[in-house]
Amino acid sequence: MEFFAVSLLQGISYGLLLFMLSSGLTLIFSMMGVLNFAHASFYMLGAYFAYQISRWIGFWPALIIAPLAVGAIGAAVERYGLRTVHKYGHVAELLFTFGLAFVIEEVVRIIWGRAPVDYKIPPELDFTLFTIYSTNFPAYRGFIMLVAVVMLVAVFLVLKKTRIGLIIQASLTHPEMVEALGHNVPRVFMLIFGGGCALAALAGVVAGNAFVTDPAMAAAMGGIVFVVVVFGGLGSLAGAFVASLFLGLVQTFSVGFDISLADLIGRLGLAVGSGSPLYGVLKITLAQTAPVLPFLLMVVMLIVRPKGLLGTRES
Amino acid sequence: MTRKTLYWSVLIAIIVALPLVFASNTAISLMNAMGIAIIFALSYNMILGQTGLLSFGHAVYSGLGAYIAIHVLNLVGAGKLWFPVTLLPLVGALGAMFFGVLFGYVTTRRAGTTFAMISLGIAEMVAASALMLPGFFGGEAGISTNRTVGKAFFGITYGPPIQVYYLIAGWALLCGVLMYALTRTPLGRLANAVRDNAERVEFIGYDPQRVRFLMLVLSAAFAGVAGGLSAINYEIVTSENVGPVRSGAVLLATFIGGVGEFFGPIIGAIVLTFLEVSLSSFTKAWILYFGLIFLTMVLYAPGGISSLAVLHRPFWKARLLGRIVPSYLFALSCALVLLAGIAGLVEISYFLAESSPGGAMTLLGLKFDPRTVPPWLVVALLLGLGGVSLRWAKRRVAAAWHAASQELLRRVRSVEPTDRSALGREKFTAEQML
Repeated sequence: MEFFAVSLLQGISYGLLLFMLSSGLTLIFSMMGVLNFAHASFYMLGAYFAYQISRWIGFWPALIIAPLAVGAIGAAVERYGLRTVHKYGHVAELLFTFGLAFVIEEVVRIIWGRAPVDYKIPPELDFTLFTIYSTNFPAYRGFIMLVAVVMLVAVFLVLKKTRIGLIIQASLTHPEMVEALGHNVPRVFMLIFGGGCALAALAGVVAGNAFVTDPAMAAAMGGIVFVVVVFGGLGSLAGAFVASLFLGLVQTFSVGFDISLADLIGRLGLAVGSGSPLYGVLKITLAQTAPVLPFLLMVVMLIVRPKGLLGTRES
Repeated sequence: MTRKTLYWSVLIAIIVALPLVFASNTAISLMNAMGIAIIFALSYNMILGQTGLLSFGHAVYSGLGAYIAIHVLNLVGAGKLWFPVTLLPLVGALGAMFFGVLFGYVTTRRAGTTFAMISLGIAEMVAASALMLPGFFGGEAGISTNRTVGKAFFGITYGPPIQVYYLIAGWALLCGVLMYALTRTPLGRLANAVRDNAERVEFIGYDPQRVRFLMLVLSAAFAGVAGGLSAINYEIVTSENVGPVRSGAVLLATFIGGVGEFFGPIIGAIVLTFLEVSLSSFTKAWILYFGLIFLTMVLYAPGGISSLAVLHRPFWKARLLGRIVPSYLFALSCALVLLAGIAGLVEISYFLAESSPGGAMTLLGLKFDPRTVPPWLVVALLLGLGGVSLRWAKRRVAAAWHAASQELLRRVRSVEPTDRSALGREKFTAEQML
């Protein structure tokens, strides 16, 4: 029971973090049809910027400044990179972001070094929020969840209730018409790309100190964010939300189970030893498969329902 | 002797002569790596360029082929099996083909983004299982072998690298010819049609899914040949061989070479392997340079190196290339200044990031202290000068290009009607460009 409650909380907070990343990616995808391979790199930039800023002027200003700075970089990337590549088609755009991810990782390595940086949780949030059974729940995890929920509500309100959101939604489905009405659609695209990057950076700011801030963090997160977006349905924010929570829970729960197929068969009364056929496969525990599970789920989803969970279109 | 046989005999003569001219061990190992990369990139272009399927997991096939080949080689070494090492790449091909059938059945049901995503998912799964199944994949250390097994056949033991070179060269030539021949078959043509418009292909009575599947399986088989050769060449296969980095590298090589032409990936594989080896021995920041080169290519030459070559063909034939080249040389010198500035910036930053505080660095024989102002001033000067002059050069190139194409078009139009068919291709490209 304790395991269940703790894993549930951890899964939800991890899932919310995933959503902060995947929401930006989904927005960018549904607007421009670009699967941004460098999205997790902007997440990493957010963490590093926050580390640097919090060393100069503190964590709270960093929470605001770092996402804005990364958002500006993202907008510049769209303006001077993606827009040029756009006329060559989607593959070229995809490859551009692919190359960009390489370059960002190397630049980060040059500026901040290979080793993880000492990005700490601010002392005013470094306490135990509550204790379930015997496990302490750190306040910072609660803070991550709070930021994610606030962001979720804010994005929802901006998209659904404001004029800008209206134009964004219209540009999504009818870009020519919106342009004909006198709106600068390329600029809307730039704003969306910058905004999506800023959301990823915000995730980096709050997650960088909870986990590790090192040059490998983008690669570690990149795959799973992709899975979330594809699993939830390309271009669907609601789908991304459901998929984030689901995959967050799957990952945290599967890590906790030390059961293998061999154990399962053993429980049915059949003995499985090192001599049995396929013993190598049978003795893999569920916990060991945790890194593969999301990808397995994604492949299965794409085969069964290529639109994804709540998606409306295939690509 | 016809022209074609002449070209081919020259090519074969060059391939035979190369290791005799560049006889050092480093050169031969570089050429071996290039040969393997060429087969791999060509096989990748079968699905990317010819069938229009963007895959993020092609190393799965070459890597699994390499694993199966190395296991067979070890069985041969242990005396449990008889198989000539020369034909080992065939084992890799069959192994990779098996996985091509298995995964391809799942992936090729869709094209476009969905295919790309499934291939990414499968690549990640295979890469992760490589560490979970140490029995087959050898865990972190991988599987190593000894290629000099079996009886020597006419003195061929594959002990010296030069023998491996000829093995790789032979297989590369064979695979290249086969893959080129495939583009001329109905299947190859259908693959192009599926890439351009799958719906129409379906309408005239072919199954695009089956075409994609067949192309993927065949492409996997050729990738398996590359894998088998790499198992022989390096005598080790690790989980890296199936990893995402390898898949990314083949994508970069193919794209930089150019997916539109058959020979594009060959250029890409040679250039990238050369850059990888030469840059990585020069500087620690080679991945960054790599990425920057790639980004520049995507931005300014999305058709790759081969498309640049094809673009200049009409000018070459009309002997107008001489009018553009001077502006290119000027632009090149400006680009070199800018490049020197970028390289200086990167190298100094890298030095500051990696080394312990204090001490001077040496760059191109110059010794200086990166913590003082002058080096930074030089870098800033190079960057500014290069950037500004390159803009100017760009305008000069555009002007020269425009003048030359006008001239080309004028000549094409003034040619007698009977000669038009001979110049048709040039005219078409020239008008397309304007």
